[in-house]
Formats: sequence, structure tokens, C-alpha cells
Amino acid sequence: MIHASGITKTFGRTAALRGIDLRVQSGEVLALLGANGAGKTTLLRLLATLEKPSAGCLTIAGLDVLREPQRVRAMVGLVGHHNYLHSDLTASEELLFYGRLYGVEDARRRAAGLLEEVGLGNRSALRVGALSRGQQQRLGIARALVHDPPLLLLDEPDTGLDAEGLQLLEQLIDGASRAGRTVIFSSHDREWASRHSARTVILAAGSIRHK
Amino acid sequence: MGRQIGALLWKDLIVELRRREQVLSLAVFSLLVLLIFNFAFDLRRTDLAAAGPGILWVTFVFTAVLSLNRAFSVEQDRGTWEGLLLAPIDRGAIYLAKLAANLAFTLVVEVIAIAAFTTFFDLPSNVLQLIAAVLAGTLGFATVGTLFAAMAANTRAREVLLPILLLPVSVPVIIGSVKATAVAFEGVDASTGQYPWLGLVLAFDAIFLAVSFAVFEYVVED
Repeated sequence: MIHASGITKTFGRTAALRGIDLRVQSGEVLALLGANGAGKTTLLRLLATLEKPSAGCLTIAGLDVLREPQRVRAMVGLVGHHNYLHSDLTASEELLFYGRLYGVEDARRRAAGLLEEVGLGNRSALRVGALSRGQQQRLGIARALVHDPPLLLLDEPDTGLDAEGLQLLEQLIDGASRAGRTVIFSSHDREWASRHSARTVILAAGSIRHK
Repeated sequence: MGRQIGALLWKDLIVELRRREQVLSLAVFSLLVLLIFNFAFDLRRTDLAAAGPGILWVTFVFTAVLSLNRAFSVEQDRGTWEGLLLAPIDRGAIYLAKLAANLAFTLVVEVIAIAAFTTFFDLPSNVLQLIAAVLAGTLGFATVGTLFAAMAANTRAREVLLPILLLPVSVPVIIGSVKATAVAFEGVDASTGQYPWLGLVLAFDAIFLAVSFAVFEYVVED
């Protein structure tokens, strides 16, 4: 699914990633661990095409992220540090908006179904700004899934979630694997990450220290 | 692409309808500018044709610059810009949607400004010619302005940088629009008076619409 070879990313003089070689199989759940500044977020952003690699080759499902970014974006869902939600739209409108951006057929029905899945079915008419942080986090996860992406990227998704939200997240990750979806998530909680992933990769100073 | 442009435009319109930040504040700004001009100039009918077009377009240009400054910066400040970049949509679609939204907000404010202008001064001789000049000029300014607003949004000095980038490039459309508007005030035959200037503005609109659409991707990508 993912083939990264010699991936380097620099910001000015700072090397955020140095020569990353990584292969992820289709349907695999991979956890990225590492201290702050290790390069976890940068790697996820490269996979989501929000950043371009400074060097190296990165393909997702055989598609080069530099040559065919649009086709890659159609396959990827990202839950990042920002939830990319509009505070003035309702939860339902938010998913409808992103569904239309991603070209989802029957976006309205898809939005309604996702809201039920993430436990926000009875909050669909509330504006995003009126939702709690945990509810916004759940809506952000729903947003990332609106186009049913084969690859789901989660950057510290357990942050800000209450117990119910965390349970939902765990069901999502475990269910994604059973459904054949590839999931890569980052976390600071090594034990939690190990429980919900098939493999862990430890990043340190932009390099892989342990696979 | 049409569906995606529609979704983006719908989102911007809904957000503005609910927040009422942009149009209201810009309308107040334009009214203040016209009020200052009203006290600065004691225009009689004959003087109106000489100063009226300039008064209108000073108001429109400054209002449009304020509006354009917010077009992309508000998305970045609220953390929603990358949500758009994550989606598999042509970057040109984002440009066209933002252009349409900017145009809609600016035209609403211009209608309010023209109404105020009529109250303070007087209505031009030929309203249809005025409408043609305003539409063509606003389209041209918004076309270039939307592109430069995207460029400036990534900088720290965006409020200063946008007018520095935009105004020199917009000189042809501003001059053409002022001249075309002057014809509306003078009541001169459009075919000899206004069409040449309108033609200049519309040519500018077409060229920069095509160029901006083509280069927008390179402006917003890393």
C-alpha cells in the first residue's frame, strides 16, 4: 500500500525526516511512536500530500504522491491536530460539505450514517462551534471517513477524547483493520498503541529507530 | 468540478450569512468613506461628472482590498484551509469558488455604496452604463485580487502586502473602470464614450481570469 524510500523532508536547515524507508501492507494497522519533534506529524502530512518530500520516493497504492497527488488525496483521510471544521456549519452540513468536495454519491445519507456511527446522531443540527472538544474530535474523524478512504491517517487521535470517544476510536481502528482499511496512527501512549496496532515504528530525530 | 465549486461557494455564503462579519463591516466602511467625501466636496451637478467616478472607485477599491484580505486568511486562521487542500479537487476550483464569493460580497457592498452615493450626491445620468462599468471593473479587480490574496495569506504582513501587490497590477482595470463610469455620469453615447474603456476592462478580466486560474495551483501548493 505504502512504499517510502529514502524520504527526507527539510524545513530550511532543519531536517524533520532523514532517509525514511518504510513499507506498509494493505489492511495493516501501524502505530508511529516517538517523542515530540521526532517527525511523526511530518510523515503523516507527507502521506496526506499536505507536504512534499524534499528527497526520496513515496508511493501510495502505486501512485506517486508528487506526480498524482489528486488521486492520492481521494484515497486518504487525515485526522490531524486541527479538525478542519467550520464552527458556523452544523455537524450535518460539515459532513455534507466535505462529502460533496470528495464527490461522494448521496452525500446527505452518508453524512447521516457517519454521524450515527460516531455517536453524534442527536447533535446533527448543532453548529460545530457549540460542540464540545471531544465531540468535535469525533466529527473530525467522521469528516476523514466521509469518502471511505482505503488509507486512514490519525495524528494523536486519542488527544481530547473522553472515555466514550476513546472507545469509539478504538472500535474504528479495530474495525478498519477487519474491513481491509490501512490505518497509520501516531501516539505518545506506547501501551495503547501496541494494543491497537499490528506493528509499531519508533521515530527519533527524523529517523526510524525501531520497526 | 462544478459540484465542488458549488459546495465551496455554498459554504462561504452560509458562513457569511451566519456570521455577518464581512458584508456589514465593509458596508459601514464604504459609507464612512462616502460620508467623508460628502463633507470634503461640495459637488454641484456639473462637478459630479468630474469627481463622482473617482469617489465611487476609491470607495470600491479600498472596500474590495479589505474584503480580499479576509478571503484566505480567515480560512488559515480558523484552521480550515488545509481541510480544503486535503480534498481531491482541482486548485482552480478553489480559486473560482473564492472569486465567486469575493465577487458576491463586494457587489452587495457596492450596491449599498451606490445607494448612499445617490443620497449624498446624485444618481449618474445613465444607470445601465454605470452598472456595466461597476460589474466589469469589480470582476477584474476581484480576479487579480483573489490570486494575490492567496499569495499574501501565507505571509506575516498580509494586510500590507496585498495592496502593494494588487494595486499596481490593477491600474489598467481601475483606470478603465473610472473612465467607463465617467461616461455614465456624462450621459455620452456609449458606443463612442464607454465601449472602448469597457473593452479594455473586459480584456483585462478575460486575460487575468485565465492566468489566475492556471497559476493558482502553484501559489497554494508547497
